[in-house]
Amino acid sequence: MINLQQVTKKFGRFSALKDCNVSIESGKVIGVVGENGSGKSTMLRLLAGSLRPTHGKVMIDGAVVTRKISEKLAYLTDNNYFYPYFTIQQLIDFYHSQFNDFDRNKAQQLLHFMELDSSTKIKHLSKGNVGRIKIVITLSRNAPYLVLDEPFSGLDPMVRKSIITSMIRFVDLSQQTLILTTHEINEIEPILDEVILLGSGEVVAQRSVEAIRDKYQMSVVDWMESNY
Amino acid sequence: MAHSFLPDKPIYLQLVDRISSEIVRGERLPGDKLPSVRDYAIESGVNANTVQRVYRELEFLRVVETRRGQGTFVIENQEKLNQLREDMKQKYIDLFVTDMRELGFTLEEMVKGILHYQEREGGSDD
Repeated sequence: MINLQQVTKKFGRFSALKDCNVSIESGKVIGVVGENGSGKSTMLRLLAGSLRPTHGKVMIDGAVVTRKISEKLAYLTDNNYFYPYFTIQQLIDFYHSQFNDFDRNKAQQLLHFMELDSSTKIKHLSKGNVGRIKIVITLSRNAPYLVLDEPFSGLDPMVRKSIITSMIRFVDLSQQTLILTTHEINEIEPILDEVILLGSGEVVAQRSVEAIRDKYQMSVVDWMESNY
Repeated sequence: MAHSFLPDKPIYLQLVDRISSEIVRGERLPGDKLPSVRDYAIESGVNANTVQRVYRELEFLRVVETRRGQGTFVIENQEKLNQLREDMKQKYIDLFVTDMRELGFTLEEMVKGILHYQEREGGSDD
């Protein structure tokens, strides 16, 4: 269970998030959506403990989030953060040494699924395969919370599709909660349970995707547009 | 992810319809085992929560039954399956009639039209 209670995050005088109240049940797939600059990444960084709120509280499983949340929260960011001279195998060994919940078996299955060769060096990977390896590393952790910031950013439709399928195949919703930001909403919609819509740092709405379809007869993108 | 979904209707209902249609068409036979929740999620490109809801709904409609520890199966009660077939027919007739009424056709014109259609197609019905 995740709770944001009246969370405000300021960078200097600019408020990236304003008085946000959100609660996320475990075992769901949540899409945090909204325009560029609406506060999506800031919200995820607060969850991952890499930022602290200016006001309010970020709670996961009843405890205030600190950097130590990384023990049970796997976080994928938009940045490149792998040593380029590592091979994929060395990268996997490294993550295995850092996280108790890193599942080597799952990593092997994911590599196989993504058709990646473990002897390849990171610096020799195409952009699409860097996107895939980030997913491999993140989903190989049996962490209760998986937080993915823009996992599809800059990737072609084939890669996006393989990533979506890997999320269905390798995330166990009976034990894990998946939270992600993306602009590729149409593609991800079939696997989302809920969306949190942000606009100018505020939570505009939080709804179940099926409820949006049922109540408004709209896809999420149409519903978003009707909310702006 | 071979199929796509209509944007204006809950995905779980579209999957309930899909599986019901497969049963009515005889693509899934009485007593057939449905894929596991995970496998069907992968096959249809939705998340496991949605598939669970689909199976629950089909169970509620008494189209499938879950056997503890074994999985989910198409029911073997032929009477109930005939009922499903009949229900689907009625549902599509209702949709057809509603659409045609919106276009201003009377029921009589629709019936005539269908009879005419039957004549034209030679009444073949395979």
